[in-house]
Amino acid sequence: MKMTAAQALVASLQAEGVEVVFGYPGGVVLPIFDALYEAEGLRVVLTRHEQGATHAADAYARVTGKPGVVIVTSGPGAANTVTGIANAYMDSVPLVVITGQVATHVLGTDAFQETDITGITIPITKHNYLLDSADDLPEVFAEAFHIASTGRPGPVLIDIPVDIARGEITYKRPERVNLPGYKPTVKGHAKQIHQAASLIAKARKPLLYAGGGVLSSGAWKELKELAELMQLPVVTTLMGKGAFPEDHHLFVGMPGMHGGKFTNYAITETDLLLGVGVRFDDRVTGKLAAFATKAKVVHIDVDPAEIGKNRGVDVPIVGDAKPVLAAITAELRKMGAEPRTEAWMRVVDDWRARYPFHYHASESSIMPEYAVERVRELTRGRPTVFTTEVGQNQMWACQYLEIVEPRTWVSSGGLGTMGFGLPAAIGAQLGRPDHLVIDIAGDGSIQMNSQELATAAINKLPVKVIILNNGYLGMVRQWQELFYDKRYSSSTLPQDCPDFVKLAEAYGAFGIRATTPAELDDALVAAFAFDGPAVVDVRVEREENVFPMVAPGGSIDEMLGGIPGGPVSDMLDSELFEEVWE
Amino acid sequence: MKHTLSVLVENKPGVLTRVASLFARRGFNIDSLAVGTTEDPTLSRMTIVVSAEDTPIEQITKQLHKLINVLKIQDLDPKDMIDRELVLFKVNATPERRHEIIEIANVFRAKIVDVGRSSLTIEATGTTDKLAAMEDLLRAYGIKELARTGKIALARGSRDA
Repeated sequence: MKMTAAQALVASLQAEGVEVVFGYPGGVVLPIFDALYEAEGLRVVLTRHEQGATHAADAYARVTGKPGVVIVTSGPGAANTVTGIANAYMDSVPLVVITGQVATHVLGTDAFQETDITGITIPITKHNYLLDSADDLPEVFAEAFHIASTGRPGPVLIDIPVDIARGEITYKRPERVNLPGYKPTVKGHAKQIHQAASLIAKARKPLLYAGGGVLSSGAWKELKELAELMQLPVVTTLMGKGAFPEDHHLFVGMPGMHGGKFTNYAITETDLLLGVGVRFDDRVTGKLAAFATKAKVVHIDVDPAEIGKNRGVDVPIVGDAKPVLAAITAELRKMGAEPRTEAWMRVVDDWRARYPFHYHASESSIMPEYAVERVRELTRGRPTVFTTEVGQNQMWACQYLEIVEPRTWVSSGGLGTMGFGLPAAIGAQLGRPDHLVIDIAGDGSIQMNSQELATAAINKLPVKVIILNNGYLGMVRQWQELFYDKRYSSSTLPQDCPDFVKLAEAYGAFGIRATTPAELDDALVAAFAFDGPAVVDVRVEREENVFPMVAPGGSIDEMLGGIPGGPVSDMLDSELFEEVWE
Repeated sequence: MKHTLSVLVENKPGVLTRVASLFARRGFNIDSLAVGTTEDPTLSRMTIVVSAEDTPIEQITKQLHKLINVLKIQDLDPKDMIDRELVLFKVNATPERRHEIIEIANVFRAKIVDVGRSSLTIEATGTTDKLAAMEDLLRAYGIKELARTGKIALARGSRDA
């Protein structure tokens, strides 16, 4: 069928099952937006900034498991997606980003709104294309979606010069993609799977360490089956939250810098660490030389480059988490393996009971932890997606929320992108229209993309922004308090500027403020009940710190703050531990 | 330790940038790099010489494998590869010393490819060691200019096939 390349682009998106596109038009991308104008079954969401579009597409992908799609113009439009692409790359999120480009006859001449976006994004994309022939479009699109969504997912960018978009082609959807240099390993090696199963069968203190890879693989059912069969305690990373239900008796929290003490103790004492879809990130491991030193390590990852990158591995398994976990469970069943973790679980339960997250409650001021707890309690039992900004708000959300459903937790992990939460909430709401979507925000982060309140209001997306407003860049202030002699250099923000209630109202959203614990529940309930986007300005205790905390470069069992205890080696003499440490 | 990586890539625009920038951003310095098409015009072979210990070289080859345009990577065993480099030396050569220099070139089976009033240009091929030895001898006459291709290499043919 004859059509323009721009129309073929739309046909390609439809063929890939794309329902929502996030974008922002501009000069050279107009042929594409023109083709989108009457595209059937494709909703185009106009954000207020290209960064917002990219984060929204990112979150859409995380909650649906389908690639997010972004279409923007050349030059500044393309450059504005860079942070969003880097964010998706670090967190392995499938995105297809389409950028307009100046016409081929002026490419390379510093033409108006020209920027070398393929050059710029080489280090932050899984792959990218500069389309130099309209005829290649169907093939390139099929490849881009395939690359973005298989193996270790990631963003793929397609740069399309305006004359190419206008070119006429005969569209035919390619039957299959042919990428000789791209063949991800899906099934794990049988010998390695057997070895992993044998180690699990005889381990006394095993620990499952699950990350974002479990979610992108859709392997939460297999993870739970393995954990329950062998009664293995499970920790999930920030990226892995929701991969295992946090109300499960085998759940042992989030490890790392602001993780649970009980979690970090479990990692320090485990004799078999089973990493699944994780990358032994520095925020998890702290000082590598002191991380899980007593453990043999099994590492399952679809990306062979992650295996052995930071931590030596005893049993490497390259493969997709879903079939690999299923194969390990099947192997254990075949071996007739029985759980041996009863004593170990008693120890872990004891740690969890003795070293829970903890803060000093107040009657006069709202503690930020209390605010997150109230959000948790007021949404209990109601299908909810949580997004976060970055900083203290994010860490308190990690510590005090309870994520029980996969793909309902959306947070910027690797890149730590302030300004992520609100556009992410918008993308999440479009992906999960029946869920309540809440952005746990800070007063600093929210201002990095607050213009997206317009997108939420105009598209009638009832996202709820809960701002833990402490008048600081809280995490920066905390580090300055602890490591820079309380010299609060450039980290103070006036709590009243902007007036977040008025800001919400300016966009046609609902705004409400809570300044005392007594006002908090009513404000939250009113916001959740409002039929549209809402902002709650929660004035929290200003100088509360996130504890416990592993000092940068420190060992993870030596944490600052929280309930006193540790390092683990100091408490190994009690009777309870004898059985497992015999 | 020096590693010689033989990397088979798709012959497409931008592939060299992808490979080179991967080395740069992961903190590796490329000692030499030679690229050219292979027997199949859709494919190019890059021969990359890089100094690194075994663990980081494993990481960089894994990262290279992730590039969609990279098809195959061999970390060539120095004992089991054929490697060559081509060097052009432009050497100071007064008429009375020309003879000595030509003699050196002959010993190294190099060719005189240009003769000027006060210089000789020599084309030499060989392994890195041989060319270094030659360069060392020629330095005594004064090397005016030098250009080298960078090493190219292939694994030796298997003996039993």
